[in-house]
Amino acid sequence: MATEAVFRTCAQTGLRVHNHAERLIKVHAVAGVFSILFGGIAAILVLLTRWPAVHLLDPTSFYRALTFHGINMLIFWIIFFEIAVLYFAGPIVLGSRLAWPRVGWLGFALMVAGSVLIDVAILAGRADVMMTSYAPLQAVSYFYLGWILFAVGALVGVCNFFASLVVARAERTYEGSIPLVTFGAATAGIIAVVTLAHGAIIYVPTWLWSLGIIQTIDPGIYRLVWWGLGHSSQQINVSAMVTIWYLLATLTVGATPVNEKVCRSAFLLYILFINLASAHHLLVDPQLSPAWKIWNTSYGMYLAVLASMVHGMTVPASVEVAQRKKGLTKGLFEWLAKAPWGNPGFAALALSLVLFGFIGGITGVTFGAEQVNIISHNTLRITGHFHATVVAGTTIAFMGLTYYVVPLIFRRHLISVKLATTQIYLFAIGMTIFIGGMTTAGSYAIPRRHWDVQFTSSIFQPPVEAAAFAFLGIMGVGGLFALAGGALYVVITVGSVLFGRRVPDTAGAVPLAALPQDRGQHVPIKGTLVLVFVFLASFVIYYFLNWKWLAAIWIIK
Amino acid sequence: MSLQTLKGVWWKKVDASEKIWLAIALLWCLILFAMMPLWHLKGGQNPSFETYRTTPAQYMEKVEAFVESGPKVGEEKGLPVIAPDPAQDVYMLGRLWQWYPALKLKKGETYRLHLSSMDLVHGFSLFPLNLNFMVLPGYEYVLTITPTTSGEVFVVCNEFCGIGHHQMVGKITVE
Repeated sequence: MATEAVFRTCAQTGLRVHNHAERLIKVHAVAGVFSILFGGIAAILVLLTRWPAVHLLDPTSFYRALTFHGINMLIFWIIFFEIAVLYFAGPIVLGSRLAWPRVGWLGFALMVAGSVLIDVAILAGRADVMMTSYAPLQAVSYFYLGWILFAVGALVGVCNFFASLVVARAERTYEGSIPLVTFGAATAGIIAVVTLAHGAIIYVPTWLWSLGIIQTIDPGIYRLVWWGLGHSSQQINVSAMVTIWYLLATLTVGATPVNEKVCRSAFLLYILFINLASAHHLLVDPQLSPAWKIWNTSYGMYLAVLASMVHGMTVPASVEVAQRKKGLTKGLFEWLAKAPWGNPGFAALALSLVLFGFIGGITGVTFGAEQVNIISHNTLRITGHFHATVVAGTTIAFMGLTYYVVPLIFRRHLISVKLATTQIYLFAIGMTIFIGGMTTAGSYAIPRRHWDVQFTSSIFQPPVEAAAFAFLGIMGVGGLFALAGGALYVVITVGSVLFGRRVPDTAGAVPLAALPQDRGQHVPIKGTLVLVFVFLASFVIYYFLNWKWLAAIWIIK
Repeated sequence: MSLQTLKGVWWKKVDASEKIWLAIALLWCLILFAMMPLWHLKGGQNPSFETYRTTPAQYMEKVEAFVESGPKVGEEKGLPVIAPDPAQDVYMLGRLWQWYPALKLKKGETYRLHLSSMDLVHGFSLFPLNLNFMVLPGYEYVLTITPTTSGEVFVVCNEFCGIGHHQMVGKITVE
């Protein structure tokens, strides 16, 4: 096989690119963009129904659109893109061939087949079960088969990545230790294996149950194992997103991690602890003890949170050091003020980091405290939280990276860099407003996954505070901005791939940040330290406010 | 840079400014961890861990016995309203798409509230109090609750349970 591999040398980065790896990156990225397009169309319908002033769809269409939105966004968009990231971070970064090109195509075909089966089942009205399909709620059997095919396909992609690491090592395509980006991607890959194994463990029996071969599925066990897939799949995102932060920092300002040992140790903490957080979904379930809940919801003892807090410092620190080395040394924040804010990659890095940390991270840890979950579970607070992590965090990072994938992998210039930058800001601002409205509405007990919070068709009409409706309206307005930003992303990406000017094979055709000269001097990270302490203060305030709110409800034990 | 392989000894000493953040972040993580067991000892709101295996049929019998023994103090929208004595166990069930029966409780009294589902997974959400628990078929969950506010609160289902999910609203009145 090794002799058959065809390589090109990238004129921009100097990387050796195996043609099969590159093609697989392209098709996975395209599938990802299709998924975000489908999920985005459903998002319009869901948003305009949950906005009480509009209340667009009938109940059946709403629940169907919501199921479709959740799966296409949280599973297909994210995982297709992540497999593309793995094919880049493994064989291409290491200059190696992809271990098994044909197997790579098989994996992709399985993922596509699975996602088509699932989408068809939902659109045909045979799977109005939400993303979670909590047994004994039952969908048509080919819906579960679709999940199995998709999970196996993704697993094949992950294994191909690991095999390529082995090949690169064996064929000595690099010397020393693997780069941080490959290391981070390997972390995401390991978490993905654990996640997809849970998917197989839960969906195989559920599939057999839907065929009538197994009689019952215990709803408590189902929830326990399903979240090993459902939450952990979002932890692949965390690892992949942090990896992309480091990558974007390098591409946009020429940043180098301040201390590789610290960054890599933090990734190791993710591997060890982050998947315990699937317990976040089970904190007010009957089937588990407080000891189990506390240990697991805290990721051990919040050691995965520690890891994120470390990355939250080391990523901006790497940017600060690079900028200061370029002479931007005035005061605390000249390095930040004069950062390349007009570069969509940098804007995406900064906004993804801030929104993920300040909103997604803080709300996630707070709502994931065993008792605080009583005043958060299954309300819009939860959906607000994960739109901050997966959309404002992961998706913005993926969008920023796309604007490098298009010129470097598809070798087409963006149709407009300015428009791409505008897209990132529009999407981020829209999402921030949306998340603020949604999370706050949730603190008035507004439930998630609910067609009518005015309860017009139920026997009782609970009074809903006017403020809750106001926040749902804010959510609606923010959502429209975010949808415009999302649509723009699809337009720019598809437009550039189809109609963008070809990138010539000459060095410098795609502007990449130069590495600043290292004179061996000690560079302070004062600005970063100020930022992380502002973060900590926000965290402490929000966390204890929630305990105060909790103490105000009925006494319960 | 994050795309380069590392050669030689790259595991350098950690800088003092990084160490400060690492230490403080770790300390904060331990505080986060300590809050949960502390609240079990000192706090008033903790998820119950009193759970029994049951079946929809068994649980239905208990609920029926509870509704019959009463005291029934009225009927609202077709639901019996039961005003139980705090000494007796209180039962409620969730089913497509109803919380049964309605309850009348006294402020400041402590009740043992049993919950289970007859069919699918439901979410027991006291609205607009914002107090949420999961209700699973096959599991009998016992919450020990003390209402501290009076007035009407509603039981909204906050886990998707089919097409009538949003219609599933029950009622608890507190005097």
